[in-house]
Amino acid sequence: MAVTNVTSFGRSGLADWVVQRISGVVITIYLVFIVGYLVAHPGLAYAEWVALHRCFWVRLLSVMTILSFAAHAWIGMWAVLTDYVTVRLLGPKATGLRIFLQFGVIAVIITYVGWAVDILWGI
Amino acid sequence: MLLKQGLEVSPTVNKKRPVNLDIGTFWLPITAYVSILHRASGVALLAITGLLLWMLDISLSSEEGFASIRAGLTNPWLQLLLWGMLAAVAYHLVAGIRHMIMDFGIGESLEGGVLGARLVLVIAALLILLAGVWIWL
Repeated sequence: MAVTNVTSFGRSGLADWVVQRISGVVITIYLVFIVGYLVAHPGLAYAEWVALHRCFWVRLLSVMTILSFAAHAWIGMWAVLTDYVTVRLLGPKATGLRIFLQFGVIAVIITYVGWAVDILWGI
Repeated sequence: MLLKQGLEVSPTVNKKRPVNLDIGTFWLPITAYVSILHRASGVALLAITGLLLWMLDISLSSEEGFASIRAGLTNPWLQLLLWGMLAAVAYHLVAGIRHMIMDFGIGESLEGGVLGARLVLVIAALLILLAGVWIWL
């Protein structure tokens, strides 16, 4: 039976590993697209910029990207916090601090997702 | 791995011999620095994403907002900030791609790992240079 951990993103390290890679690929596709677009349109006008973000496919890619970011950032921050904010390195208060920081990370991620959806559907 | 602070060599086995697990006293190989930078840039990207979302929000909010972002990006300090943000994105992306290449079993040997780490630094430096060219030229 696989070892599970309630604080990881998926139900196992393997699930986290897969999610981290798929989300990384989605974010990469978005970055290549958006940077490519901006490089190709140096004198970009507001109307073009808005039209781009009203396009269904761009919205879909943007939403997939922010959701991928949410998973990717959570898994990454979990890995970093559980490695460095530990009792061995920081003493007995480390566990409480780590849980506090992990809640902070969740709050930031949820804010970003809500914000991104608001931006995309507010135009 | 070379130690700055080596273990004492004794002909007889000393059960209380010191064990050095303090990472700060090791000479780290290039692969370790590439990995640490991947983590550090990742943590930075949590904040950077907020700044990029803020820029996207303003730029899409109105004609004036869009113009203010364009104007803001002519300020040298904001250009430097944007360059730093793009540098973190570029480095993290290149180091992430290396991870996925290694998932296919490529570059997993000691020599391969060192070569991969060097390639990450060189390619990331090139992309960061290009980002600078994009911002300033």
